[in-house]
Amino acid sequence: MGHLIEIRDMYKIYAQGEEPVHALDGVSVTVDTGEFVAIMGASGSGKSTLLNILGCLDTPTRGSYLLDGIEVARRSRRELASIRNKKLGFVFQNFNLLPRMSAVEQVELPDLYLGRLSRHARRARAKELLARVGLGSRGSHSPAELSGGQQQRVAIARALMNEPPVLFADEPTGNLDTKSSVEIMELFTQLSAEGITIVMVTHEDDIAAYARRHLVMKDGKLVKDVTTP
Amino acid sequence: MILKVSVLAILRNKMRSFLTCIGIIVGIAAVISVLAIGKGASTMMVKEISSMGNNLVMIWPERNRRGEVRTGMGSGQTMTADDAEAIKRELGHLVSSVSPTINVSCQLIRDNRNWNGRVSGVSYDFPEIRNWDVSSGRFFEEHEQRSCARVCVLGNTVKVNLYGDDEDPVGTILRIGAMPFRVIGVLSPKGATGWGQDQDDIVMTPYTTAGRVLQRSRFRAINMMNVSLISMDDLDEAKREITALLRQRHKLADYQDNDFDTRDTTEIMNTIGSVTGLMTVLLTAVAAISLLVGGIGIMNIMLVSVTERIKEIGLRMAIGATPAAILWQFILEAMVLSTVGGAVGVAAGVGVAHAIGELQHWPIVVETSSAAWSFVFSSFVGMFFGFYPAYRASKLNPIDCLRYE
Ligand SMILES: Nc1ncnc2c1ncn2[C@@H]1O[C@H](COP(=O)(O)OP(=O)(O)OP(=O)(O)O)[C@@H](O)[C@H]1O
Ligand SMILES: [Mg+2]
Repeated sequence: MGHLIEIRDMYKIYAQGEEPVHALDGVSVTVDTGEFVAIMGASGSGKSTLLNILGCLDTPTRGSYLLDGIEVARRSRRELASIRNKKLGFVFQNFNLLPRMSAVEQVELPDLYLGRLSRHARRARAKELLARVGLGSRGSHSPAELSGGQQQRVAIARALMNEPPVLFADEPTGNLDTKSSVEIMELFTQLSAEGITIVMVTHEDDIAAYARRHLVMKDGKLVKDVTTP
Repeated sequence: MILKVSVLAILRNKMRSFLTCIGIIVGIAAVISVLAIGKGASTMMVKEISSMGNNLVMIWPERNRRGEVRTGMGSGQTMTADDAEAIKRELGHLVSSVSPTINVSCQLIRDNRNWNGRVSGVSYDFPEIRNWDVSSGRFFEEHEQRSCARVCVLGNTVKVNLYGDDEDPVGTILRIGAMPFRVIGVLSPKGATGWGQDQDDIVMTPYTTAGRVLQRSRFRAINMMNVSLISMDDLDEAKREITALLRQRHKLADYQDNDFDTRDTTEIMNTIGSVTGLMTVLLTAVAAISLLVGGIGIMNIMLVSVTERIKEIGLRMAIGATPAAILWQFILEAMVLSTVGGAVGVAAGVGVAHAIGELQHWPIVVETSSAAWSFVFSSFVGMFFGFYPAYRASKLNPIDCLRYE
């Protein structure tokens, strides 16, 4: 049986400047369904680069990437958009909510591009997801009226809208205090328990501790891969 | 929903959106209002001219170079009542009637009331030629014309000023200059011309009477004549024969120009038509230029908007917006901007046109087609000039957008 994510000999080389930067320098890794993975490493080691390629937001210079058994490294922009829409959820360090749009509308967005639900069902599902991340009563609030932790929870609800099998998070707690960080990580743990695959970048050990498997990067290379039983 | 996104984006920056639209608003408003005023004017003129009677040829003596030749002075006059009578006599197969006109300015006196009036000497069939009837009494008849009878028919303004609203002037005696005239009828009111001249401020007498009694001219000079044709189909032939007859009567040699002008209503209509057509072409050019300028304004603001909202674009792409969806979002936004601008422009133009019409007592005709075209064109402008910024947005890489600082 194939892996959910399988990358082989992945290179990302930035050529501008006097010397090319090998942000990814021959990375091979597989991730199976239901895993909770933390990518760690020093600043500039290539964590975000790897996550962006895994999330189909960026394309590698070289290497192959099988997502759910299909090759995605050489797909058109439209096809990649559709893959991101249906199969991948994103949570960013800076939340990336749209200004002056209510929480419910933010959460509805992914289905607007998919068009799977009726207007009514979409609204109902968005409210249900907000309730699930503990924001049942804040649906009508705009980002400016929410705390950082609440904004990140709206972002998580949005990522879950189209029921993606995988969730990618780049330093999801980087902009949050300890209390909010713990809440977000407990939410991740719960989602993981429900069977969603999570790949998360972090450089904090106590955040990484929530994940069962740890990948460590150094200078664009994968130097450690440990799974706690 | 995508439309809602566009509207929200526009509302977020109300002032900027308004300033962006202003080019389109002003352009469309100018075109709509000028078209409405111009169309009103030409409709009015056409109506007035066709009310003159359709198969009419008007003939004026050639104007003196030094300005308008005054009646009664004799020497400069080239056209006489004899010419008019000759046309009627000799071109009877083409012409149904001829009404010479002699205009004299006279003091009208009735008891203690005084009025400075315009007296027109015309022929007995004038009411028929010019579609203008009497409202009380009667018009003068052929025998009165032949005998230079001192009878007159009053225009409504003259009647009101000399007799008031209630008194019936028919049968009374009115002094025109020094001569007593019997009032035999009152003309039905016609109102002002589009140029503001009161057509009812007039007294009509037989042209024979006007020439002999009021003007006292040996030459029987006339100011103009209205020639009514039997059929409009003969227009060209009639004009040719009238011209030949008048040239012969005026003893003009081949090398000499006509000493008279002819105009027919079709010709005047055509002139109006071509002036209106020219105006439409000019306005279309103005519209095109203002839409171009407005469109460039929209393109500019959309380019700024794309840069400003680059993170939003990145996020939308990350959650599944295809390049086409991004393209449409921005094109739609530009279209909403320009269409709203166009709509505001149409409304402003109609408002301005009505305000001017109200102030100047000018008829206003707003054509639905021009409003509809403005609408269509302004949204097309949005689409056209919104395309490039939208295309640029759609070509962006999601990760570049998300990392943009
Ligand atoms: N668009 C780019 N152009 C050029 N170089 C880049 C670009 N993006 C990333 N890099 C380089 O690639 C390397 C890896 O960057 P990356 O963002 O993946 O690091 P990171 O591990 O996420 O670091 P941090 O913990 O600071 O976020 C860095 O040396 C960086 O300078
Ligand atoms: Mg990073």
